[in-house]
Amino acid sequence: MAPLLTMTGIKKHFGGVPALRDASLEIEPGEVHALIGQNGAGKSTLIKILTGLYRRDEGEVEFAGAPSHLSSPRGAQNAGIATIYQELNLVPLRSVSENVVMGQEPKSFGFMINWPEAHRRTREILSRFGIEIDVTAPLGSYSTAIQQLVAIARAVSMDAKLVIMDEPTSSLDSSEVEILFGVVRELKSSGVSVLYVSHFLDELFQICDRVTIMRDGKTVGCREIVDTKKLDLIAAMLGRNTDEIEAEGLTELAGGSAAFDEVVLDVNHVATGPRLSEFSMSLHRGEIVGLGGLLGSGRTEAARSIFGLDPLTSGTLRLNGREFKPAEPSEAIRARIAFLTEDRKAEGIVPDMSVRENLTLALLPSLRRNGQIDREREKELVGEFIRKLGIKTSHMDQPIRELSGGNQQKVLLARWLATKPDILILDEPTRGVDVGAKREIQAIIRTFVDEGHAVILISSEFEELVEGANRIVVMHEGKSVSELTNPGITENALVRALAHHEDATP
Amino acid sequence: MTTVTSEETMRTDYTSRLKDHGGLIALAVILVFNIIVTPNFLQTQTLAVNISQVATIAIVAMGMTLVIATGGIDLSVGAVMALSGALAPLVFLSDFGQAYPVLGLIAALLFPLLAALVCGLFNGIIVSVLKVQPIIATLILFISGRGIAQVLTNGNLQTFSNPEFSYLGTGKILGFPFQGWLALAIACLLFWVVNRTIFGRYLLAIGGNERAARLAGGPVRGVKIGAYVICSVLSGLAGLIVVAINSASDAARNGNLMELDAIAAAVVGGALLQGGKAPIFGAILGAVIIQLVKYTLLANGVEDEVALIAKAVIILAAVYIQQARKE
Ligand SMILES: Nc1ncnc2c1ncn2[C@@H]1O[C@H](COP(=O)(O)OP(=O)(O)OP(=O)(O)O)[C@@H](O)[C@H]1O
Ligand SMILES: [Mg+2]
Repeated sequence: MAPLLTMTGIKKHFGGVPALRDASLEIEPGEVHALIGQNGAGKSTLIKILTGLYRRDEGEVEFAGAPSHLSSPRGAQNAGIATIYQELNLVPLRSVSENVVMGQEPKSFGFMINWPEAHRRTREILSRFGIEIDVTAPLGSYSTAIQQLVAIARAVSMDAKLVIMDEPTSSLDSSEVEILFGVVRELKSSGVSVLYVSHFLDELFQICDRVTIMRDGKTVGCREIVDTKKLDLIAAMLGRNTDEIEAEGLTELAGGSAAFDEVVLDVNHVATGPRLSEFSMSLHRGEIVGLGGLLGSGRTEAARSIFGLDPLTSGTLRLNGREFKPAEPSEAIRARIAFLTEDRKAEGIVPDMSVRENLTLALLPSLRRNGQIDREREKELVGEFIRKLGIKTSHMDQPIRELSGGNQQKVLLARWLATKPDILILDEPTRGVDVGAKREIQAIIRTFVDEGHAVILISSEFEELVEGANRIVVMHEGKSVSELTNPGITENALVRALAHHEDATP
Repeated sequence: MTTVTSEETMRTDYTSRLKDHGGLIALAVILVFNIIVTPNFLQTQTLAVNISQVATIAIVAMGMTLVIATGGIDLSVGAVMALSGALAPLVFLSDFGQAYPVLGLIAALLFPLLAALVCGLFNGIIVSVLKVQPIIATLILFISGRGIAQVLTNGNLQTFSNPEFSYLGTGKILGFPFQGWLALAIACLLFWVVNRTIFGRYLLAIGGNERAARLAGGPVRGVKIGAYVICSVLSGLAGLIVVAINSASDAARNGNLMELDAIAAAVVGGALLQGGKAPIFGAILGAVIIQLVKYTLLANGVEDEVALIAKAVIILAAVYIQQARKE
């Protein structure tokens, strides 16, 4: 059978810096094809070239048997390519329905948008994903996971020949991932091809047929997934040999279980509104406490309450034994608390500012010298973090929006580490970072707690929670309901604990 | 294929160049046009007139640039000019001002600026604490500010003769109008504030992504209020200059339609209406262009109403080029 898509010899430069040197990709009809590579390898760029968002410098693209010269995402959509970009490009202030039917609104009399029909269709599309929400509410009022599912639902509803998913599962938990896989299999069986970008290599073995590996802007291999082992993939991505990697191991979070006796943070029956009604936990020096829970269980709200983002309606916080009532993030930061938020685009980066300015944003007050910013120290610090975290950027004054997703995430982590916090709240810290970098980030977090600091970790990746956390506080419908303690937590135990409360409430 | 690509690159280069240097190109076009068409354009007298008038626009436009950088807008600048302009003669013509001329002069400068500062606080607080849309929030003073000024002066034109005060609008240093130097000094100061200080960094961060700035500990309210206060104080200063130039204060006309000029100058200078950019020297360039357009039309006998349309077209063109660049 002729392939659905062939891309060969693709090259792309951004202002003299090569992003793609010689990339190629081939997808069969009805195939689920994975695309993997380290942060900044060029995966998203290759996709954007395919959908016409960027123009290639060189190379050939053939789609559905004909040379393709798409020059706009709209054109790609019409040609039968539906894309979920890594940085969701939805409109948060518009309703869920508007976002889903955008560009293909049902019309009455040929010109008026038929809203009842649009809402009905949206509900139907979303119900395939098991989502029952008010489709007339603004999309931005829902969690990142829901927004991601809405983007996916929108794409698969478009009747495409090829559906592209650039890191679709980065903020989904395992049950949502299962739902997504169900949909992917459905697409496959109806002859639709799927291009699937992910840093979760285990996922690939569940749903993909073949995998293309990219490194430094080049395609370095394409394999049948059944003939491949995870370690081989990692080795190919990093360009190293398997023995070395095996010797190093893949998670770095585990370790240290000394006696924790010094409480740094004590949360007592805190409530901030309907989404967080009863939250209690304690955090000790040198400890990582995980917050476990399903979508909408109040994990992010719990973090927000500690960081002074949502005022407490009841309950108390005690920091190092003293009552603590932050009214603004700046107060929490002064009290040496840091909060790496989940939504990189909406709450993290200032897109037009440089890597340097983004990295030092939380640090500014301590960079003041003679009434101005101490530029020397700033550059020194930024250079140090770029080295330490291996941030891939052409120079520190590059606008952060030009960095790959994973590298943006590293800059944001650096922003908080630079403030030298005592308590670091991490909401999906390794979201979108590659296996190598994830290990490095986890190692950094581990060193951080070993130095006597404390971490609150929110992660939809159960593996990360189970291996990394000393304790896991289980959240359910805005309440902290139980607690698991390591050693002894298994993924199964966590899933059971979550499911237990799910069943308990009808 | 290759040819298509290079054409594309050329086109994007071309638009980005238009965006980066559009102001300078426009300036060159206007200058050449005037040299050819307008009689007596290349005279020192003309230069002095233009500098003395452009200074007020530039001073207000720089303040406007800071406000726009936060994603806001300030419609009250003209009204604040009228208010501060009306207050100054009231102070130095008062019994106190007559009895102690030096103190009276100082008070005549400080008191109006203080009033402008209060106006800025008012705008800033309504925008950042009460979270009212900037365009609505500043509409309050836009409407009432000039009214207050007219009430203060009983709606009369106040003329006076006070050479010391008038220096603000008629003095010369090295042959150039004092207010031109003043505008330049303010520009240097603001450039430093925007690019070197923590306030400036926060200002741009808030305009670029307010939620991210707040989460990183940025004092969002304080910085926004600061931007409105600076804008108002600069407007107040511009109001004083206008009064000094005329040796008369006319609350009905001082700063009339200044908001339009200032916004146009800021936008032509490269300020993005959605925030995140504060090109201070761009605002000066924008002000020069606006002033020259006005002057060109006036010198060639075109009516005021048409001049207004011309200004609107300039704003449109500038915004259009900004958007084209973003695509
Ligand atoms: N608009 C741009 N301007 C300049 N450089 C860019 C731009 N977009 C991407 N790049 C650069 O191209 C390289 C490839 O980026 P890309 O986003 O394709 O990586 P990726 O493989 O998707 O990584 P990740 O896994 O982190 O998402 C990076 O070095 C990035 O900095
Ligand atoms: Mg990417």
